[in-house]
Amino acid sequence: MSKFPKVIAAAALSAGLTLPAYGGTYGLGRPALPEEIAAWNIDVSPDGTGLPVGSGDALTGEEVFAEKCAVCHGDFAEGVDNWPKLAGGQGTLDREDPLKTVGSYWPYLSTTWDYVNRSMPFGAAQTLEPDEVYAIVAYILYSNDLVDEDFVLSNETFADVTLPNAEGFFVDDRLQSEAHFWKPEPCMADCKDSVEITMRARVLDVTPEETVATEAVVEEAAAEPVAAEPVVEAAAEPVVETVALDPELVAKGAKVFKKCKACHKVGEGAKNSTGPILNGIFGATAGMVEGFKYSKPMLAAGEDGLVWDEEALAAFLTKPRKFMKGTKMSFAGLRKERDIEAVVSYLRSFD
Amino acid sequence: MSDKADDFAPSRRQFLAGAAATGVGAAAVGAGQAAQAATPDPLITEVQEWASGLGDGVDATPYGLPIQFEQDVVRRNVEWLTADTISSINFTPIHALDGTITPQGCSFERHHSGAIELRKEDYRLMINGLVDTPLVFSYADLERFPRENRVYFCECAANSGMEWAGAQLNGAQFTHGMIHNMEYSGVSLRTLLEEAGLAAAGDFKDKWVYVEGADASSNGRSIPLEKALDDVLVAFKANGEALRKEHGYPVRLVVPGWEGNMWIKWLRRIEVMDGPVESREETSKYTDTMADGSARKWTWEMDAKSVVTSPSPQSPITHGSGPLVITGLAWSGRGSITGVDVSIDGGKTWTEARLGAPGVDKALARFYLDVNWDGSEMLLQSRARDSAGYVQPTKAELREVRGLNSIYHNNAIQTWWVKANGEAENVEVS
Repeated sequence: MSKFPKVIAAAALSAGLTLPAYGGTYGLGRPALPEEIAAWNIDVSPDGTGLPVGSGDALTGEEVFAEKCAVCHGDFAEGVDNWPKLAGGQGTLDREDPLKTVGSYWPYLSTTWDYVNRSMPFGAAQTLEPDEVYAIVAYILYSNDLVDEDFVLSNETFADVTLPNAEGFFVDDRLQSEAHFWKPEPCMADCKDSVEITMRARVLDVTPEETVATEAVVEEAAAEPVAAEPVVEAAAEPVVETVALDPELVAKGAKVFKKCKACHKVGEGAKNSTGPILNGIFGATAGMVEGFKYSKPMLAAGEDGLVWDEEALAAFLTKPRKFMKGTKMSFAGLRKERDIEAVVSYLRSFD
Repeated sequence: MSDKADDFAPSRRQFLAGAAATGVGAAAVGAGQAAQAATPDPLITEVQEWASGLGDGVDATPYGLPIQFEQDVVRRNVEWLTADTISSINFTPIHALDGTITPQGCSFERHHSGAIELRKEDYRLMINGLVDTPLVFSYADLERFPRENRVYFCECAANSGMEWAGAQLNGAQFTHGMIHNMEYSGVSLRTLLEEAGLAAAGDFKDKWVYVEGADASSNGRSIPLEKALDDVLVAFKANGEALRKEHGYPVRLVVPGWEGNMWIKWLRRIEVMDGPVESREETSKYTDTMADGSARKWTWEMDAKSVVTSPSPQSPITHGSGPLVITGLAWSGRGSITGVDVSIDGGKTWTEARLGAPGVDKALARFYLDVNWDGSEMLLQSRARDSAGYVQPTKAELREVRGLNSIYHNNAIQTWWVKANGEAENVEVS
């Protein structure tokens, strides 16, 4: 079928005729199947359209939240470090540095449900069951003092909840409220009497410093252009020295490690973040990275002599919370053996 | 790029190094004077290595990167802004670029769940909702629709957001670098929607499209159907080449003149709807809080704005007094730039700058003001005017309407305090 029009087109060209132009549609693409639409069309609107059947209460939500969300958002949804705070802030919107949370700012509960369902947990999106989402959202409401602890959120009770800031928004009115920015003749001379500096960025000093790599290049180039070392190499990835590692496996591991990167840093200059740095983790005793606040079970395991060898790492990475009940690591685990092997190889390259 | 602590030094050092580098072999030129060389320049009188030996052969870099001497012209991150780099933003080095097109490799990135790798072969685009036939397109399908080429700027609504409460970041890259300007090749969204058929949508006036990405954040935004049918593009090339991973390879949405968050990367679904979804990105974020605590929503258009990119804190004057090129960028989400005025006295008097080329609809314009600098301090500002008659406001004018907590849509006039030694600093003036 697809070959036939091509032949006609070629014939038309050779005869010096113009190609037929398309009038309406092109007949491209194919109808979407109902199952496909159901898989992707999961957004939820303010009136609850799109919600699946299900329910969850705040107390259950507290457990799910502690397991899957608290590592970034805190046990009480108060936020860890720079991660978003989900609770509190009511009454702060008109103050300096308002705290915008589900309770203080978000207008629609559908937004919370939809976002948790589609985009959370960070690094393991779309792994929650509907009942878990209902429970988590119920807990977020509870942590904002908007419902009691026995509150059950479901597709049926959803419409009963109105968030405090539902009426806090108005549609863009710049054309009216800022109409005075449309000026037929802007001032060109004598626009003000005096000009004083009222604030300086340098006083705050929060600008990232720039590398002096350029400076080195410029100086070297100026002094001895021939000898200018390609600085690019100096800044390249550290060369893996361990001979036993399969470079392909290490490279694959680097890709797998993307699942871990949100919380774990590795390599030169890495710092503890949501999770501990992983430099030299292979062969190290559990719970020993300096400056990281481990869970009690992890510390205890280290004291009992748990060492991160191939076997222990594989077991931990397969099912973190099964291997170590109570770990802070809210990662579901790696399913493929090959992925675990690869990521362990990758980590070993930072020994 | 390594981020070792000892790779960093105060920007003043960089400034001095820059001054020293240009000082080699030539004395500073005074106003109206020709340069006098005291001794013959060995770069001229002696045969240099590059004039005698050989350079790289072809294929040394099958896909080239900038020469090593330009390696400071890179995107930069402001670490304290976000919790990690995966849901974060970095900044285009606008202080070091010229012209209007931004190379993809240094165009700012904004990800919500990291930049994913999605093969063309694995790419699917679904159109569903109020259409006659819900459709699925492959990448190859998209390449068979009639194509358009258009240049547009993409600005994050939070560009200059850190400057609402006062001058904070010392560099045009950081104050205004959440912007890029590329030539896109792609299919108009109207063509794709019409392919699915819009009879089912009924009256277009109160209809919307919800557009969503394929990454884990599944970033989604609601766009009025009228805009979707107007000038929105489904793009797969930028500046002639495939979109870079960080810009949404293989397919992103281009929403001309509107805030960058709506330009969905890794576009996977377009749903025609009878109302907005009110997703996280259009309620809890990208809404502008006023002084009284109420918030503007659906502030999609980017107001006219400009900034002097050089001289600026990262691009100080290193040549002393005399001929000086003052240059910068201007843009408007409501149309084209019709003019840019420059002030060297903090806004008392203004001079119309020269546009590098006539303003293009919803694209960056480059402006120049060629002056004979007398070496005295300047309070350097630029002020954009657009085809809608809008004139870029001062910070004071903006704050009077919006207060200090808006975060988004800060399009105020920027001031650089250029000192007699050529260094520049981000300041606010009365």
